[in-house]
Amino acid sequence: MTSYQPPMSLFWWLRRRSYFFFAVRELSSVFVAWFVVYLLLLGHAVASGEAAYREFVEWSARPWLLGLNLVALVFVVFHAVTWFRLAPQAMVVRVGGRRAPPLWVAAGHYAAWVVVSALVVWVVLA
Amino acid sequence: MRTIALRVARYRPEDETEPTMQEYEVPLREDWAVLDGLNHIKDHLDGTLSYRWSCRMGICGSCGMTVNGEPKLTCGTFLTDYAPGPVTVEPLRNFPVVRDLVVDISDFMGKLPTVSPWIVDSEDAAPAEGEHLQTPEELDEYQQYSMCINCMLCYSACPVYGLDQDFLGPAAIALAQRYNLDSRDHGAHQRVDVLSAADGVWSCTFVGECTTACPKGVDPAGAIQRYKLTAATESVKSLLMPWGRRSDLPRPSGADQDNNAWSREVR
Amino acid sequence: MRTTAPDVSASGPLSYDVVIVGGGAAGLRAAIAVAETAPALSVAIVSKVYPMRSHTVSAEGGAAAVIKDVDSLDEHFRDTVSGGDWLCDQDAVEFFVEEAPKELLRLEHWGCPWSREPDGHVAVRPFGGMKQQRTWFAADKTGFHLLHALFQTSLKHQQIVRHDEWFATKLLVDDGRVGGVAGIELATGRIETIAAKAVILCTGGCGRVYPFTTNANIKTGDGMALAYRAGGPLKDMEFVQYHPTGLPFTGILITEAARAEGGWLLNRDGYRYLQDYDLGKPEPHPVFKSMELGPRDRLSQAFVKEMEKGRTIPTSYGPIVHLDLRHLGEQTIDTKLPFVRELCRDYERIDPVRELIPVRPVVHYMMGGVHTDIDGAAGVAGLYAAGETACVSINGANRLGSNSLPECLVFGARAGEAAASHAASAPGPAASLAAQAADERRRLEELLRRDGGRERVSTLRQEMQAAMEAGAGIYRSRDDLVKSVDRVHELQDRFRSVRLTDHSLTFNTELIAALELEFMLEVAGSILHSALMREESRGAHQRVDFPRRDDEQFLAHSLICRNDDGSWRIEYPPVTITRWPPGERVYGR
Repeated sequence: MTSYQPPMSLFWWLRRRSYFFFAVRELSSVFVAWFVVYLLLLGHAVASGEAAYREFVEWSARPWLLGLNLVALVFVVFHAVTWFRLAPQAMVVRVGGRRAPPLWVAAGHYAAWVVVSALVVWVVLA
Repeated sequence: MRTIALRVARYRPEDETEPTMQEYEVPLREDWAVLDGLNHIKDHLDGTLSYRWSCRMGICGSCGMTVNGEPKLTCGTFLTDYAPGPVTVEPLRNFPVVRDLVVDISDFMGKLPTVSPWIVDSEDAAPAEGEHLQTPEELDEYQQYSMCINCMLCYSACPVYGLDQDFLGPAAIALAQRYNLDSRDHGAHQRVDVLSAADGVWSCTFVGECTTACPKGVDPAGAIQRYKLTAATESVKSLLMPWGRRSDLPRPSGADQDNNAWSREVR
Repeated sequence: MRTTAPDVSASGPLSYDVVIVGGGAAGLRAAIAVAETAPALSVAIVSKVYPMRSHTVSAEGGAAAVIKDVDSLDEHFRDTVSGGDWLCDQDAVEFFVEEAPKELLRLEHWGCPWSREPDGHVAVRPFGGMKQQRTWFAADKTGFHLLHALFQTSLKHQQIVRHDEWFATKLLVDDGRVGGVAGIELATGRIETIAAKAVILCTGGCGRVYPFTTNANIKTGDGMALAYRAGGPLKDMEFVQYHPTGLPFTGILITEAARAEGGWLLNRDGYRYLQDYDLGKPEPHPVFKSMELGPRDRLSQAFVKEMEKGRTIPTSYGPIVHLDLRHLGEQTIDTKLPFVRELCRDYERIDPVRELIPVRPVVHYMMGGVHTDIDGAAGVAGLYAAGETACVSINGANRLGSNSLPECLVFGARAGEAAASHAASAPGPAASLAAQAADERRRLEELLRRDGGRERVSTLRQEMQAAMEAGAGIYRSRDDLVKSVDRVHELQDRFRSVRLTDHSLTFNTELIAALELEFMLEVAGSILHSALMREESRGAHQRVDFPRRDDEQFLAHSLICRNDDGSWRIEYPPVTITRWPPGERVYGR
């Protein structure tokens, strides 16, 4: 049997909003990965003593790195939000035998996010 | 009488190397679906147009096509919604085209049995004499995933499947979950290898278009995400407790994983 | 990019012990029966669509089987026999009501998501013509769930081979014994023969011989015509069921469950008109075997009478009445009848929670079919049939709603077992079959290549459908029947000069439509002839010129046989009566 396999256009990801976000999420993972690397470097600097830490902070203040980290922050937030949006579908939470409404699950995630962020802010500032 | 133009993809493998578009004028009637337009062409204008259809009530899953770029069941997609036209009708995307609007779904038909889409009995207990009890709540657990009509709209909407045909795909995974979540089933263990493989749930990057495209409200995207959580929990458990059972997913007791007749290689 | 699959035509001829034509409920159940009871045998399903597309998928309301303590096999037996106006073979009905609960339980074990009581037991609902609640249901998508559960279970049996989208065109018969089938693989146009020691026909009904039907496009009577042409008689073909509630234009079925849950039929004046037709008095809640829960034949006939009185509502798609579900409330409709709401919303653009549903009677089911005995054996050695294609007969002159799904299971399983035991001892295919196969190949190739010809497939089909509605509708008369018989003969003549515009080998749906039309003309003729010869009124066969049931002459099955020259003859073997002699059909009293 002869059949025709339609080729996938190079710009298929521009055809639909959801496809576009899919492509963006895939590509932006590079920035999320960078964020992880940056955190590891930070941890390493902290562990290596005060001098190393100061050097790291100075290095971090360079404009190009600030820019990079800002972009990374935007994408990490983007990933967090899309991840939280997905959470109600992945998690089935039961309250008193009944399935909790998806909104609750999402709200729970955001609440946890706020709490953890507040904790971090408190540790850093205190 | 008002009419509307249908731009229909034609592909005749004996004569053409790739599809072309052909335009037909069909009556624009209040209750005519795109399928009625195609039937008008077939019966009155051009007998050579090929497409699949059967129940024309949205349950047999035959008449999925791409209408103005969207995957649709043509029996339930109305011409008046596209007036004044033209309406473009193409075969479902992401599948090889056999002829005109007919696509080859044998890839899906081959994947279907690999997820063991049937009730696996417990080997602890003898087969039930009477009915298994199943409360409406237990039924509710999997009912949504049992609504899939295999119409292939979700595969057509999924860019991951379009890029990588090895991806198990939305409908097959949702069907596996339909059985995993059925209180009568004991086969989750034999589905885990296929579902957790690289071409299983982890290929899905949550585009979510499968759920948008689904005409039956199955939510395959949700099924996939749910299974990701299950699979992740399973692997964390086996990492933390390597000495324990490889998995505590329900399994037919006494069935050795390697000797289990139903465990199959992903590919 | 073009890809070419490996050519397998070089491999040897296909051959199986048992070949099943049709992959709906009966066919899949038969295949599983063969695989389970005779694992050493090879078995194949050939189907013109993928099995999960089969028309079983459209069944909505449910499947009847006695499971509750208040119910009894005897009551199911009596409802079925009186529902069928005593034309049922009572030995078959006895076997059927006994086996039905076992089969539905089997489906429960195979994963069918039956709707449940709060305590987890299978729930049952009332249905038309039934004296007890005994209809198991999976919301109102029972056929869909049943078919998918069967299909998915069949995947477990690796010895079941499938030839999907393979259209059977001829039964190969030698010396009164079946030797296989010839047909076309749609995707490639390859004409093939499949040798078999036993063949089971499970191709469903033939609603498409009529213009207005609930039946899917694929319901073209293929199995009936295959058997008829191979010398197997057809039985009780004049009994055609009109379902009282189809959506106008599309003919989409609104399940009887809508009335079982409490829906009302209203005429132009908002009046529950069934009370005028000896079907009981209107009560606010559904009453067994009364009013809207009367049998389908009586309800469809009442519609015609109401139309004659001018009390129906005219629309551009003919007269209608209304089905009123508004008083059931949104919650009942969403839990018990979600598909009804979905169909009304998507195809009629109305919401039954707030609006009246327009309905009219629509051709739904063939009580008649390939004559079989209780084992599913048809008149030719090695040939079996089950499901709507077959006529055992448990449905008599009028089938009760929710008896057809269990019929597919009970007799599909039985035919599968019988075919397996036949195949186990049958000799291999006769050498003469090759010549027959070659003839069939020549015939199909000639049809495909034919360039001349004047007649369009679609024109002939429309004319046939019009003739069937005019002659063999809800009410029939000698004059109309004679006219339609002549018309169908004329159409058969004209079919000889049918013209195909599509000469491609690849997925040629015009060729398939032509072959289906040829089958339908054969079946249409058998319906008209049988209706003309039965000079009485019984169940779904109502003759205005013979308005009474005539047990003296016609407590008998019509058995129509095709002679080699295309002419026909009818015999009247008696109905099997085991324990309930004919009486009056009583509803609402």
